[in-house]
Amino acid sequence: MDKMLTLTCPCCNVTAEETEFHAGGEAHLKRFGPGSSDDEFESYLFTRKNPKGVHFERWRHNNGCGKWFHVARCTTSLEVFASYPAQTYAPPEDILVHIDTRRPGWRAKT
Amino acid sequence: MSDPVTALNHLSSGDGIAHIAEIGPLGMITLRGDLRARAIQAAAISIGRVEFPEMRHCNSAGENGIAWMSPDELLVMCPYAEVGEALTKMNTTLAGQHALAVNVSDARAVFQVTGPYLREVLAKLAPVDLDPGVFTPGMFRRTRLAQVPAAFWMRDDQTAQIICFRSVAKYVFDLLCMAAQPGSEVNHF
Amino acid sequence: MSTRLATGGRLLNKSKPLGFTFNGKQMRGYEGDTLASALLANDQMLVGRSFKYHRPRGIVAAGPEEPNALMNLGAEGRFEPNARATTTELFEGLEANSQNHWPSLEFDVGAINKHLSRFLPAGFYYKMFMYPRSFWKHVYEPFIRKSAGLGKAPKARDEDTYEHFYAFCDVLVVGGGVAGLQAAKTAGQTGARVIVMEQSEHWGGRALVDGGTVVDDGPVDKFVEQIFSELEAMDNVQLRSRCMGAGVYDHGYALGYERLSDHKPGRDGPRHRLWRVRASHVITATGALERPLSFAGNDIPGVMLAAAVRDYAVNFGVSVGDRTVVVTNNDNAYLTAISLKHAGLDVPAIIDARVLSQDSAQVAQAKALGIRVMMGHAIASVKGTKRVTGVEICAQAGEGAVLEEISCDAVAMSGGWSPVVHLWSHCGGKLRWDAVNACFSPDPDNPPKGVDGMGFVTPAGAASGVFALDDVLNDAHAAAEGVMTTLGLRLPKDSAAPVAEHRGDAPMAPVWMMPQGANVKLREKAWLDYQNDVKVSDVRLAAQEGFVSVEHAKRYTTLGMATDQGKLSNINGLATLAGALDTDIPNVGTTTFRPPYHPISMAAIAGEAKGHVFQPIRRTPMHDWHNNNGAEWEPVGAWRRPYAYPKPGESTHNAVMREVTNTREKLGLLDASTLGKLIVKGPDAGRFLDMMYTNMMSTLKIGKCRYGLMCSENGFLIDDGVVARIDADTWLCHTTTGGAENIHGHMEEWLQTEWWDWNVYVANVTEQYAQVAVVGPNARKALEKLGGMDVSREALGFMEWADGDLGGFKCRVYRISFSGELSYEIAVDAAQGQAFWDALMVAGNDLGVMPYGTEALHILRAEKGFIMIGDETDGTVIPQDLGLHWAISKKKEDFLGKRAQERSHMTDPARWKLVGLETTDGSTLPDGAYAVATGTNANGQRNVQGRVTSSYHSPTLGKGIAMGLVLNGPDRMGEVITFPGTDGKDYDARIVDPVFYDKEGEKQNV
Repeated sequence: MDKMLTLTCPCCNVTAEETEFHAGGEAHLKRFGPGSSDDEFESYLFTRKNPKGVHFERWRHNNGCGKWFHVARCTTSLEVFASYPAQTYAPPEDILVHIDTRRPGWRAKT
Repeated sequence: MSDPVTALNHLSSGDGIAHIAEIGPLGMITLRGDLRARAIQAAAISIGRVEFPEMRHCNSAGENGIAWMSPDELLVMCPYAEVGEALTKMNTTLAGQHALAVNVSDARAVFQVTGPYLREVLAKLAPVDLDPGVFTPGMFRRTRLAQVPAAFWMRDDQTAQIICFRSVAKYVFDLLCMAAQPGSEVNHF
Repeated sequence: MSTRLATGGRLLNKSKPLGFTFNGKQMRGYEGDTLASALLANDQMLVGRSFKYHRPRGIVAAGPEEPNALMNLGAEGRFEPNARATTTELFEGLEANSQNHWPSLEFDVGAINKHLSRFLPAGFYYKMFMYPRSFWKHVYEPFIRKSAGLGKAPKARDEDTYEHFYAFCDVLVVGGGVAGLQAAKTAGQTGARVIVMEQSEHWGGRALVDGGTVVDDGPVDKFVEQIFSELEAMDNVQLRSRCMGAGVYDHGYALGYERLSDHKPGRDGPRHRLWRVRASHVITATGALERPLSFAGNDIPGVMLAAAVRDYAVNFGVSVGDRTVVVTNNDNAYLTAISLKHAGLDVPAIIDARVLSQDSAQVAQAKALGIRVMMGHAIASVKGTKRVTGVEICAQAGEGAVLEEISCDAVAMSGGWSPVVHLWSHCGGKLRWDAVNACFSPDPDNPPKGVDGMGFVTPAGAASGVFALDDVLNDAHAAAEGVMTTLGLRLPKDSAAPVAEHRGDAPMAPVWMMPQGANVKLREKAWLDYQNDVKVSDVRLAAQEGFVSVEHAKRYTTLGMATDQGKLSNINGLATLAGALDTDIPNVGTTTFRPPYHPISMAAIAGEAKGHVFQPIRRTPMHDWHNNNGAEWEPVGAWRRPYAYPKPGESTHNAVMREVTNTREKLGLLDASTLGKLIVKGPDAGRFLDMMYTNMMSTLKIGKCRYGLMCSENGFLIDDGVVARIDADTWLCHTTTGGAENIHGHMEEWLQTEWWDWNVYVANVTEQYAQVAVVGPNARKALEKLGGMDVSREALGFMEWADGDLGGFKCRVYRISFSGELSYEIAVDAAQGQAFWDALMVAGNDLGVMPYGTEALHILRAEKGFIMIGDETDGTVIPQDLGLHWAISKKKEDFLGKRAQERSHMTDPARWKLVGLETTDGSTLPDGAYAVATGTNANGQRNVQGRVTSSYHSPTLGKGIAMGLVLNGPDRMGEVITFPGTDGKDYDARIVDPVFYDKEGEKQNV
């Protein structure tokens, strides 16, 4: 059976299985619109990280409160480090520090 | 106007381990806004006539009630015939406030599942912990029932009220009947 | 022969005899029997034929590891293939048929394959079926198809129902043997929520057959009775029998497969229930499986696992043979010899491959019973074809020189025990090699890890690699204690493992080939995998041919594939491979254990989703009316929309033509309720919609409507619809049918994740309204007949909307047209939808009213050159391709898709552009056809220069009309291009303006 993760939505505090959620790809992309260079636009639209290890993702609680949020997760062990609001430009520092304890040296690899 | 017709015209089934009935029509208003704002709370309470709910709760009394839908959304419930007036009243209360109040009474179908096995009926369809120690009357859960989104709360130990989209009312009714089919007691809770 | 004993059978209710049939033959058994035990009681040892060589196969095991006794069970709506006789509880009237034989079980033509066995070696399929290529279709594929699979596919619709059940617990204990029961008790004492699953209908597991003594309770059956009643009394512990822990997955997810009515077909309720459990921790108390020994003829019916022979005698009062030779490398199999002897049966010898310096308790007891114990010996070969007739004995250390022959009709073999590590391994738990017991057991340092990165599975008892009763109970208690500590729950102070008496077994000795130096001839008759017909020689050949990875060797030889999943064949196969590669077993490693542990029904996985609840069907408020008025349905997303309403005797095509003509000439009604309706409100709503749509929505006047296009950030067209300005900060956006949820989600995504400081709220009110398009020259007359609000041209102009009252119905009327006719789209509350539709039908009665469906809608719009999302667009089309420049704002600095539409590929003049197409002979172009150009491409295919996106016969124009995307199309008006059809015909079509009808738009403006 696929869809086996459990995630906690920081907007309604529900911890639920993946079937309540919808995955939205890499988090913290910066939008480039009209006036941006071809390279900037290409990187915004197409260039995605595909890390083996720590990853920051967007998820939506679509069969729930309907809100988008972010998840810090390990793509190999599937460990979930934290979920946090979508209204951020970068992962909060306390979450980064927590990941340091779980995956020492991970920052050097990204 | 003619008499309002619910999605399934009050279809019900009592053959199985729980009684399932479409109820309504019920007045339902989606209210979006800053839930901390006084005007929003006042608007909700003036129509819902219950205490303002905590996160993921639904306070209800008869046909009135307020359900917490999301950090910026409530479902305010009242008798069906009062919705028009209620919206006018709400919009007056909300004047000058960034908020959205819309009538969704007909966009939804509402079911009641009653009986001692109602938790099991729901637990066959929703990926939710329905243990009596975990999910208690008054809690409100938006989730899915099999393949469609739905929300429910327990009015009391023997009564759950389920809200889904009107277009899938028949599917949800059939699902509930299937989950409550005779001889399907799990005896888990 | 195998038969029922006068005594024994602790699971039987002999007062309840049951009748059943096997291959049409009437047989008798008792309540409590499995199908396998009942077959043996009826002397039916031969139960099937093997997969490749069609060799006779007998029952080998007494549990889910059984490789041979797979049955076609039942008939018609309750037919099921591949049911294991050993896990099928007997019931009155059971019908079983053996599989994979032709024409009969006793005489099987395919058995000729066994004489060809040296031509059917490992990798045979890969080698044989490659060349010549032309043989594939007519020779190889039919052969493989005929050979593939064991059982028959059911033909009738399944009569039963199935369900899922979502359960949550602190601890899930899989296995209801003494380890599982003890772990559950220890865990349950903390008050934690515990679920215990036992695959069979009985609690207590092997211990009840193998015996033992627990100090405080006495014999182990008393202990089981006691602990079971304690667990039953705990409210926080849930005991489920006939419920197999099927798999363990990420984040504490586990599946349980509960068989509710397999033993009572036709009983009320679902047949199977799939438990979808989320457990904080899983304890696998899944026991161990006995391994066969590899000796020549070990597949001849009558050769069985030693513990199975014991189970049949003790549990079911069945003797599998009158004279049973026991062959072993461990003490455990002595229990079989002893129990057979106690049952009054003959055990001519115990062949023990070991040489012990002194007799252990078991050996001594066997000898005391007068059983001949032959240490250091082995079976050289089993005699017999459809049934064992004797064994040839040799020295284990030698090459198989026969020392003597012992006549017997059964062989009970034991190659040692392997912990059932499947559930531990499903989600990534690692194994370690236990050299003492010659088995892989869970490596406690490498458990499967959960959502928090911590281990969430703990093995208990035999599953963790301890086998003696006292060790098992200690291990189970300690395992549960450890789990409870990690969960932060405390055990009562006096909680302790029960003390059991220790039975001093002598160590086992690994034996991977019997005799050790067996020659090729013997190895070719020593089976590793009975079900897939893999022999010791096959694995050696695979190694010789370079398949050194265990995963490759498995696939090359098919060892442990299919339903076996490594239960019986795994370790023996690995050891053989290790031997052939001259390395040790841990170096070879194991293959991957995949869930489910034991096959589960597909229907249980589907759960309730079958028949009328297979999938949600969305219905409009007028659904029943359409159904009662002959609608043929078209699925549009999950919605069902009427495609057309053919009258009795009328073809669908003619109905569509009639509906189009009637709408153009008189009055048509369309149920447009499925169109999405989104309310967008707030001080920043105008600004927001300017980003969402390619055109300007902020400037739309209150009371007016505007057609809008929506693109993704990739620039591609994703949706379209009419937007109405409701008030100063409120808009209502119509989306396509099926687009409502997506576009609502799209809007929410941008509002929540990009412009979260903009003050905008969106609500999806699609289903609040029933919406009816009233279309045609008589549309206004019909509304005037209903009476109420002013719908005149002056009061409600084209592309305007108004709230009001029609015929007593509160409504919102949009003067918009997707047909080119005078048209009103009228929204009423859904609860009034049917009544309003009825009122329109009455009002239109004298005006020629008829409902029309989606196909007429398509033709009406195509005649007008209006695009349809999903026809003219396919996810690669931008509005500019469709000549929709007029709907793309040049004033706006930004909108979603604007930057993408500036990319070089998007502005390439060679992009195909929308045109109209008219066949030169009036026929209808095939939808989707490509227009050919001169020359060929790199693959030798003809070059293309365009394709048809929509094509219909227009009754209005009396000819075929189409739209298509064509290279430089708008500059080639009048040119004729050719579209080859799949019917072999070429269709010549002229490039024309896509607006075929009423180019000036006069009709919609009246």
